[in-house]
Parts: sequence; C-alpha cells; structure tokens
Amino acid sequence: MNQRDARRLSLILLFMPFALWILLLILLPHIGMGVLSLREKIAPRQYEFGFDNYIEFFTEPIYWHIMARTAIMSLIVTALALVIGFPVSYYIAKIAGPRTRGAMFMFCLIPLWVSDLIRAFGWILLLRETGVISGVLQWTGLISEPIELLYNDAAVIVGLVYTVMLFMIVPLTSTMDGMDDSMIEAGYNLGGNGLTVLRRIIIPYAMPGIISGSIIVFMLTAGSYLTPVLLGGKYSSWFTQTIYDQFITRYNWESGAAFGFLLLIFTSLVVWIGLKLSGQSLSSTVARS
Amino acid sequence: MRMTMKTAVLLTATMLAGMGSAQAETLRLLTWGGYAPENVIAKFEEMYPDIDVEVTLSNNEEMVAKLRATGGAGFDLAQPSHDRIYAPQLEYDIYKPLDMSKIDTSVFEPKLLDGVKANTTIDGEIYAVPHQWGTSGLMADKSKAPDFKSWGDLCNPEYKGKTSMRLKRTILLGTAYSMGEDPFATYSDLDAYQALLDKVVEKLSACKDNIKAYWKGGDDLSAMMLSGEIVASETWDSTAYKLYNENNNIVFVPPETGALAWIDTFVIPRKGEADDAAYKWINFVLQPEISQMMSESTGAIVAVKGGKDLLPDHLKAAVNAAFTDEDINNLKFFANIPPGVEDMEGKALEKIQAATGG
Amino acid sequence: MTDSAVSDLECSDVCKNFGSVQAVKDVSFEIPSGSFFSILGPSGCGKTTLMRMIAGFEEPDSGDISIKGRSVLNVPPNRRNVKMVFQHLALFPMMNVFENIAYGLRCIGADRDEIKRKVQDVLNRVALPDVGGREIHQLSGGQKQRIAIARCMVLDPDVLLLDEPLGALDLKLREAMKIELKLLQHQFDTTFVYITHDQSEALVMSDRVAVMNNGRFEQIGSPQELYHHPKTAFVAGFVGDSNRWTGKVTAVQGDEIMVETGGGMSVRCRPGEGVSVATGDTVTLFVRPEFVQLAQGGKASGENSLEGKVDSLLFNGANSRALVRLGSGELVEVDVTLTGGVDDVKPTQDVALSWSAENAICFPSGAGQ
Repeated sequence: MNQRDARRLSLILLFMPFALWILLLILLPHIGMGVLSLREKIAPRQYEFGFDNYIEFFTEPIYWHIMARTAIMSLIVTALALVIGFPVSYYIAKIAGPRTRGAMFMFCLIPLWVSDLIRAFGWILLLRETGVISGVLQWTGLISEPIELLYNDAAVIVGLVYTVMLFMIVPLTSTMDGMDDSMIEAGYNLGGNGLTVLRRIIIPYAMPGIISGSIIVFMLTAGSYLTPVLLGGKYSSWFTQTIYDQFITRYNWESGAAFGFLLLIFTSLVVWIGLKLSGQSLSSTVARS
Repeated sequence: MRMTMKTAVLLTATMLAGMGSAQAETLRLLTWGGYAPENVIAKFEEMYPDIDVEVTLSNNEEMVAKLRATGGAGFDLAQPSHDRIYAPQLEYDIYKPLDMSKIDTSVFEPKLLDGVKANTTIDGEIYAVPHQWGTSGLMADKSKAPDFKSWGDLCNPEYKGKTSMRLKRTILLGTAYSMGEDPFATYSDLDAYQALLDKVVEKLSACKDNIKAYWKGGDDLSAMMLSGEIVASETWDSTAYKLYNENNNIVFVPPETGALAWIDTFVIPRKGEADDAAYKWINFVLQPEISQMMSESTGAIVAVKGGKDLLPDHLKAAVNAAFTDEDINNLKFFANIPPGVEDMEGKALEKIQAATGG
Repeated sequence: MTDSAVSDLECSDVCKNFGSVQAVKDVSFEIPSGSFFSILGPSGCGKTTLMRMIAGFEEPDSGDISIKGRSVLNVPPNRRNVKMVFQHLALFPMMNVFENIAYGLRCIGADRDEIKRKVQDVLNRVALPDVGGREIHQLSGGQKQRIAIARCMVLDPDVLLLDEPLGALDLKLREAMKIELKLLQHQFDTTFVYITHDQSEALVMSDRVAVMNNGRFEQIGSPQELYHHPKTAFVAGFVGDSNRWTGKVTAVQGDEIMVETGGGMSVRCRPGEGVSVATGDTVTLFVRPEFVQLAQGGKASGENSLEGKVDSLLFNGANSRALVRLGSGELVEVDVTLTGGVDDVKPTQDVALSWSAENAICFPSGAGQ
C-alpha cells in the first residue's frame, strides 16, 4: 500500500459515516416513500402504479387548505421569531460581554432541554382557562371572568416561537458577530441615523443569517407535530397531523407518503421563493453559518 | 488483514451462538397503557424465570401500523380491539392463527369469547381471543349538567363551550346512533354508510362551536373535566371511573342509545418468535387473582366468567353509579370494520377537523 | 483662543477615563485649515480614543472639542461634519463602490442626479473613474483605500480623520500610498488628521505632528522641529533613530555639558530645549546615526572623538549602517555610505568616530520615559 492509497483510504473512512447517514437515513427512506406514494390501492393487497394519491391532494380542498394554513402559520412564526430574535442576537453579538453572552445562549437553549411534550404541557398549564395566567389576571383584577388562552392559533404560534427561537438566534448571532463594529460606526459617521444604519447596513449585512435562520425555523415549524396538535384548538389543523392521520388512523400509507412528499416540495418551494426574493442563495446562507 | 477477518468472523459466530443459547426467552408485548402492570409482570417472571417481558405501549391504530411496517415482526403478542383484526389481516396479513388447544378457553365468559371468535375467524382459523372489555360513552358532572344523557347533548347549546370529544371514529358512530341510525348495520352497504357519514359530518361540523376543544388523551380530558372547564364529554369509561374517585359528581353516562362496547383481544403477530411464551402469558393473566390486579390497573373488566366481580371496590362503585342492568343489555359492540371503512371514516374526521375557519 | 482665525479643529483640555485608566489627559491643540496633522504615538497611548472623541463615538469627561469654532460636545456622530477613514476601512461589503460612496449623500437626502454627479466627480478625483459598478472585494488594497477616502470626501467634511489606514497594506504599497495621501490632501484642500504609530508615515506626510504618549501630548511641531529639536526624551527616542546612552553629568559649561556614560565614555553634549541639568544628574543621551562621522584608520579629531572597531555592517542601500564597538564596550550605530568600492569600511576595521556637541542631546533620566 503506498502513501497515496493510504490517504485515499483514510479519506473514504472519514467520509463513510456521513455517506451512510445520507444513504440509510435520508436517501433510502425517501426512495421508499416515493415508491409507496406512487402506488394506488385497488383492493386489499392489490396495488397499481399511478398518481392518484397526488391527484387526491389537489382535488380535495381540505388538504391544500390545511397545507396553506400550515404554510401561513409557519411564516408568521418565522417572522415573529425574526423580529424577536434580531435584537436579541444584536445584543449578544455586539453589546453583551462574554459572560452575558454565554448566559443568553443558555437561556435560548433552555426550551430545548425538555422534550416537546413537557414543553407543550408547560404551556397548557400556563394558558388554560383555569391556568396560571388566567388566575394571575383575575387576581390582579384585570379581568373578572376566567379567560381561555389555550386551544387557539395564537397559543400554537407562541409555543412554536418559543421552541424555535434558538435556531433563529444562532445563525443571526454568528453572522453579526463577523461584522466589524467599525462598519456600524462608519454608518453613523457618514451621516446615517439609527434607522438608516439598521436598514442600510446592519440588516443587509445580516441578510445571510436572517435567511438561513428563517429557512431553518420555517422548516422546523412546518414540520412540527406535537406543539400544534396539543396547543391548537378545534379549528387549528396542521399538515403533519394530516400526514399522521393518513398513516396511522386511516392505514393509508400510500397517500400519507404522497402528502409527505408534497409537504417537502411545498416547503422547499417557499424556501426557494424566499431565497429568490432576498437575492440570496443556499450556499451564501445556510452553508455559511 | 486476513487474520483479522478470520478473527472477526469467529467473534461474530461466537456471539450469535451465545445469544441463541445462554439468553432467556423474551416476550415482546405490544399493548395498551396499564395492560401490563409491574406487579403482574413480576409475578409472571417469578413463575417463568427464563422469560423476560418487554412492554411497548400503544393504541389500536399504532399497533396495526407498527405490525404493518414490519409485516408482523418485532412483537410476540399484541392486543388490538376486536374490530381491528379482520380487515387488517385481510389487507396486510399481519397476524398468525391461534392454536386454541394451547389456551384454556374454559375460563372465558362464553358470550364474549364467541363474539370475538365470530369477528376474527378467517378461512376457519381463529385469530383472537378476548382479554378485557369496556365501553365508550359519555361522562358528565351531575352538579352542572344533571340532564346530560345522549350523544346529541354534546351539541346542545345549553352546554356551549363546555363539552369535549375525541375526533376519532367513536364519536362518528355515537352521533349516528343519536340520529336514529344503526351504523354497524349499514357497514354492509358502503354507499349507504357514506351517506350516513355525510350526515354525521354535517352534524358534527355544525356542532363545532359548541365544544371547547377536542381532547387527545386521558390526561388533557381529565384536566379539563376536573378543573370544571368542561361539564360533559365523550369519554372512555375507565377515564370516567378514575375521575369518579376524585369527584363523585363526575359519572360515566351510558348514552340512551347505548354505550359502545369494545373488547381488547390477544393476537399473535405473524412473525412472532415466542409463541409458547405468548400462550403462557395469555393463560397466566386470565387467572382470577391476576385478573383482579389487571382490572385494578386498567379500570376495564376482564373477559372471564364473573369478570365484573373481580373489579376492585372503588371501580364497582363507579360502574354501579353508571350502569343499570338495562344499560348493560343495551351495549353496542363495535362491529368489524370492513376494508375501506377506515378510509371513509378517516376522511369524515378530516372534514370535521377542517370545517369552518380551519 | 478662537478670536483670531477660526481653526478647523480645536481641542482644549480634553480628558477621558475608562474606569481607573486615564486614556487621554489634558490634551489641547488647534489645527489650522487645510493642513495635514498627524498624531503619532505608540499603541495604547490614547490616540485612538482621542480620535473617537473627535468623531463623536466617545464623550470626553472634561474639556471641549470644537469644529470650525463651534463646540460639538453634544452633537451626535452623524451630525458632525467630521468624516473618518477606519483602520480596516469599513467599506460596506454588501454594496458596490457607487453605493458605498452614495450612502452618505443619501443620508443627507441628496437627489438622484446630484448623487450621480458627485459620486462620479469624487471617483475622478481619486483617479478611479470606472470602478463605480464594482464590488468591494474586486478592488485592490490601494483602490479600497482611495474609495474609503472618496466615500468621506464626497460629503465635503470639515475634517477628515484617518485611523492608521495604511496599517493593513504591504510595504511597497504603503510607501506609494503615503505620497498619494499627501497629494489627495492637497487636492481636496481639507484638514486631514492622521493617526499612526509609524513615525515615518507621520514625518513624510504631515505639516504638523503631535507626539502622544501615555494619554498626553509630548510635543507638537513640524516634522523637522520634532526631529531636530525634541523637547522630551520620549520624542527624541520615538521620532527617528538614535544611539542612546545613560550617564552622569560631570561638568556644566554654559550651553554645553560633559556626560560620562556607564561604560566610561566621556561625551560633550547640549541639554534639550528648556531642560536644565546640574552636575551629578543622571541623564539620557541621544545621538542620531547620521551625525556621527566615521574615519577609517587614523585618529579622529573634533569635540567627541572615540576609537573603536567595526563590529558588523547592516547593508540597506542608501540607508546602510555600521555597528562600531567602542573601547569601552558600547555599540554605536553610524550611517555609512557603501558604494561597493574598495574604500568601503569593512568589519573588524579600526575606525575613529566623532560628532559635534550640537548634535548630542541629553534629557534628565526618568522624565517622560
């Protein structure tokens, strides 16, 4: 074995876990799902190749209704996470000292220390009609009747924003971290006021971080299951729930697989449009941070 | 390099051999929460020291989905309800016929055994025996909703914003009964059943404003009921019995059209690897003293002769507060779900979920 | 002070503390219109803090800063007509050259045509007329420099601050940019305040230089004044190269004094301006290499004549040096001309050194070091 072969071998070995991961956990299941989604059920244990499962989605208004709803809610969550996360990230990257910085990151991590389920139950305890917030409001006399804050879209949005905050803050902070402070000072020095500096300098500079954070948050939100199901009310529905129902309640794996693909395609489409509108590319955003 | 290869093969072979011989048999049980309580497992393992019991908790839909995913492998004994055996077996071939000679059938309440047998026989082979049964119906806080008695009352404006239900097939069937129909009878004519479902969807969609939220599990239902946020709900009987112990005003209400009765069964998955252990477990848990422990844990009635007497006292009290003899005679057992109905019902539920503002 | 001619920039008694650290102490100066003024000092001397106060990024604890005769103490940075070229230029990477320059004009609400005209005009003046559409990363180091200046000059500032902008460039480009900056300053006829730790940058470009040390101005003067008539030992040591010895004053004779160094060398010198010394004082003595005469072989004559042996030669073209070890063991740096001919001085050769007392300056030790 000469040295070149040895180097090649070690390269292959290094690459192996990643390749296996991609192949076994991403590629193969998707191929399986793709095949499954193209099967039409004719009779028990009888299937035929066809696009019926996809056609079903477009002909049945319920499904694309729920899909659109999921997308809109996810966009709202993304926008809120951005609006809340941006100043926090700015503070962490540009103002806070190293110790505060660590503490702030820790705070953002806390939601992820507990499982989805526990987190959702936490929100339920707070928001329900006989819950903490309603109780405190009544005690302070701000409201006279118990107030129901759970089981509506706002509760879902709050719960999701809380969960995904970290995924917005990390890419934003790392982008803004790379920004020379003198860039901001130059912005003021050349006559810009706070708003101009924010609009013309900080935001454009942070754009890759904004986009990559938004992509991650949007994907996570659109693909989340427990939070919307547990916090959502009778009028809330989430597309993942529909997929779950297809697979589990209706034993309809074929259309569940098709719906899974449609969700993937649809969210990718939204991300693509977002990238086009902001003039960014995947390599300049997600790959960078 | 060659040397290493040889060693590796040898090692693997040794390990495999070791696993085969030295390790105790494992019984992988796929069942409902509470159906394999610690004390029962401990007693079983005491009696059969070379069997390890591994429990996976699930529900009807997920049991079928799990077995379907593996073609019936991964578990040695499962406990779906009696209506979830015929159609899944026809469609996905996930169960194994039972060897009835290995089960002591003399202990069963004959009516229940015959009912399950009738529902789960395919080509002369029996696929399931009963284990525990119970009902789905309504519960109400008598102090706040004294007149609550039918499925339709969930949509009664008198209780606006104070009722709940689970968006699953039970409510579809219950609502159909409350509309004076017999859904199980229409199973044979799927077009008629679809027409019935359409009416049910319309009714439940219109009713949406009346309910507070759809419950998803025993925990959130209990919390809503105990806190008084709702005064009545569609429920599992066991949940209602538990709440009765905490608040005697909360009782299980068999709907006037009859509570829906389910029987959870024993089935052996097609690729189960420990049939002997599975039969041992079935016979073991049907013994009277074990049945008593089981009822204590699940709140359901074991399908053996005199099963109701084996209920612990507090449950007996709850059952007696709920049921009259007339109610028991009025029970509606879930009928086998024919192929295709799951899909129709699933779609009906989706329509309700998505109705107005959805 | 402002009643005669209005100066572009004036600081009086400016002080700034960071916690217990006094970064800037009682700094006062005045810069006449249209001059190139440098603040020279080692890193950490407070020059950057001083500049940030002028730009408005820091508030002085006491004292006053005025621009064109008007105090700017409570004026926010974006309202001061002082523009700044940052150490790393701080060009905006997400904008192209045109947008970088137009940024300031947009901030003051200039209209589209005016912006276009002014940007093109300033690009012409920095001799980069065609780079408007380029991205920042497509520019060379020198071009970036000029764009950074153009970005400020397009706003017609009263004072342009430059914070060591040449630091990041390689040597050759730095030399070229020194000249170019000087020319640009002439062309724009604007007051430049240039901050640097590199004495050659300050000396080459400036009309006046302030030498700063430990938060204080040691001396303000023209480059020649600083070089030839330093007022403190720090300035003498920091500006230009010097041979430096410590010694004791053995005699004072009018303007001249005799100093005996630690190595036993006896030197005749003059005290620095405004410095008085007495017999027995410890002093530091500075002699610049170019003022030392070197004679090969024979005995030297003159006020300070010493004999020694060439230890080594440091060849650097016109700036070549010889290191000569004296009999007393001390090393002296001497400028020599190395033509490559046979007459050149060679290592191990015996030489005689001499310099006039006029060119040997001493300051009391311990002061201002």
